[in-house]
Amino acid sequence: MDKKIRMKAKDVDFYYGPVQVLKRIDLDIFENNVTAIIGPSGCGKSTFIRLLNRMHELVSNARLEGSITLDGKDIMAPEVDPVEIRRKVGMVFQKPNPFPKSIYENIAYGLEVNGVRDRDFIEQKVVESLKKSALWEEVKTRLHESALRLSGGQQQRLCIARCLAIEPEVVLFDEPCASLDPISTHKVEALILELKKDYTIVIVTHNMQQAARVSDHTGFFYMGELVEFDKTEVIFTRPRDKRTEDYITGRFG
Amino acid sequence: MRLKIKRIKEVMGFNTLRLCMLVVVMILAVIFYDIFSKGAGIISWEFLTKPPVDGMTKGGIFPAILGTFFVTAITAILAVPLGMGCAIYLNEYARDNGLTRFIRLSIRNLSGVPSIVYGLFGVTLFVDMCHFGTSILSAGATLGLMTLPLTITASEEALKTVPRSYREGALALGATKWQSIRTNVLPFAIPGILTGTILGLSRAAGETAPILFTGAAFFLPDIPNSIFSQFMALPYHLYIMSTQHHNISLVRPIAYGTALVLIALVFLMNLVAVIIRYRLRKRGMAHG
Ligand SMILES: Nc1ncnc2c1ncn2[C@@H]1O[C@H](COP(=O)(O)OP(=O)(O)OP(=O)(O)O)[C@@H](O)[C@H]1O
Ligand SMILES: [Mg+2]
Repeated sequence: MDKKIRMKAKDVDFYYGPVQVLKRIDLDIFENNVTAIIGPSGCGKSTFIRLLNRMHELVSNARLEGSITLDGKDIMAPEVDPVEIRRKVGMVFQKPNPFPKSIYENIAYGLEVNGVRDRDFIEQKVVESLKKSALWEEVKTRLHESALRLSGGQQQRLCIARCLAIEPEVVLFDEPCASLDPISTHKVEALILELKKDYTIVIVTHNMQQAARVSDHTGFFYMGELVEFDKTEVIFTRPRDKRTEDYITGRFG
Repeated sequence: MRLKIKRIKEVMGFNTLRLCMLVVVMILAVIFYDIFSKGAGIISWEFLTKPPVDGMTKGGIFPAILGTFFVTAITAILAVPLGMGCAIYLNEYARDNGLTRFIRLSIRNLSGVPSIVYGLFGVTLFVDMCHFGTSILSAGATLGLMTLPLTITASEEALKTVPRSYREGALALGATKWQSIRTNVLPFAIPGILTGTILGLSRAAGETAPILFTGAAFFLPDIPNSIFSQFMALPYHLYIMSTQHHNISLVRPIAYGTALVLIALVFLMNLVAVIIRYRLRKRGMAHG
């Protein structure tokens, strides 16, 4: 493989209390690629991508073994500040979660908590990120209205804009289209393909067609194990493992 | 036939519940009517702004109003920040383990401790050990202790209503934990915290037992000049006027007038809570 590896999970075991949720995960995430994570419900997809920006630390009895690196550096090392990691590795959640503030403030928020004070710069970033997330045309006249008044699909694109505003390098999407209609889904997919030029992307999805459409690499998780990881075309045309084949052809899951 | 029985049961159930509600409303109405009809007559500008005179058979209750005001202020200064801080720690930082569950249980139990017990404790701790003497400070601190479990519980409940996704969303954008709490959790919990807190304070303002030995005075026409002075207070004055005065039947109207002022004060505090809540809600673009 010719591409540069941005993030790498090596020998990752993960536990909630006594329960092991992830087993010996080895997975590489390539620069300017879309990496899709697929697998049946409860197999540990969300758990895995939350490790990539240390969101798992919010659960008090979580325990991790093995290493996860960003550009070769261990992100779990004790001297690494999780805040630093989360700035570089952004996340868009399964359920759109705009803050109950205005559209403008939602995007400005990430900049403000990161110490940006320059109003002009913030303003410029708000516009830029809304354009990037293909929401600008729909909201340009009502930036100061509550974000909660947007439709579900618009809210999700706002969350994407909010994430892009702080200029992450890697963006994690956890089922970004789970609560969206086909049109909004299409917009978000087009957006992901567009973003791939500048960002490294990981996306969890339940939708096989979506994985096939947007991703370059695909990993199939099953009961906490990474059963198979390869180029997307390989996974979808000639999977090596019987379980992968059964899953992508819809025989279980 | 079956249907008819079901229908009758439905009507009976509904009417029983309605009856419960009516009984409660009636009790309240009778109390209000009683106090208002007997107390309203004596209320005047003079009653509100003058000290008692002639062996407390005439004059007003100004020192008691002022005393209650000062003591409640001390209570608030003590109970609000401490209670909020404690709730934030418990809800946002502490791990959910046996110890924190035990602490929570203890706090809930503390709110069930009778107020006279707080009064006794206040004497030992504030009056004697801290050498505050019988004073506004001792009484306010005692009431503060008594209110603390209420403010902690109310604040924690309010924090719990803020969705997890606000915290996660902020953290995922590179906010520190404290930033996420301060800018993305507290603003949405404040209305609830305030309501619970003011309710707690209005209860404290009406307490007699905790201030009985810690600073409230029988008769003190002068305005207190420091937090180390003794003071008169509305609930205590009411108690005196209705049980300890040498001519109880003569001062009955004064007692009712005092009761009315006390109720009005509590009502006013609750009104303020409602207004603050409303204002914040309008500005904060209601979440949920
Ligand atoms: N906070 C937690 N504490 C304990 N167990 C958890 C916690 N979160 C998730 N789990 C468990 O970990 C396993 C993996 O959950 P995870 O959310 O990663 O699944 P998923 O693949 O994302 O599923 P879905 O497709 O339904 O979102 C599940 O069995 C789940 O019950
Ligand atoms: Mg999930």
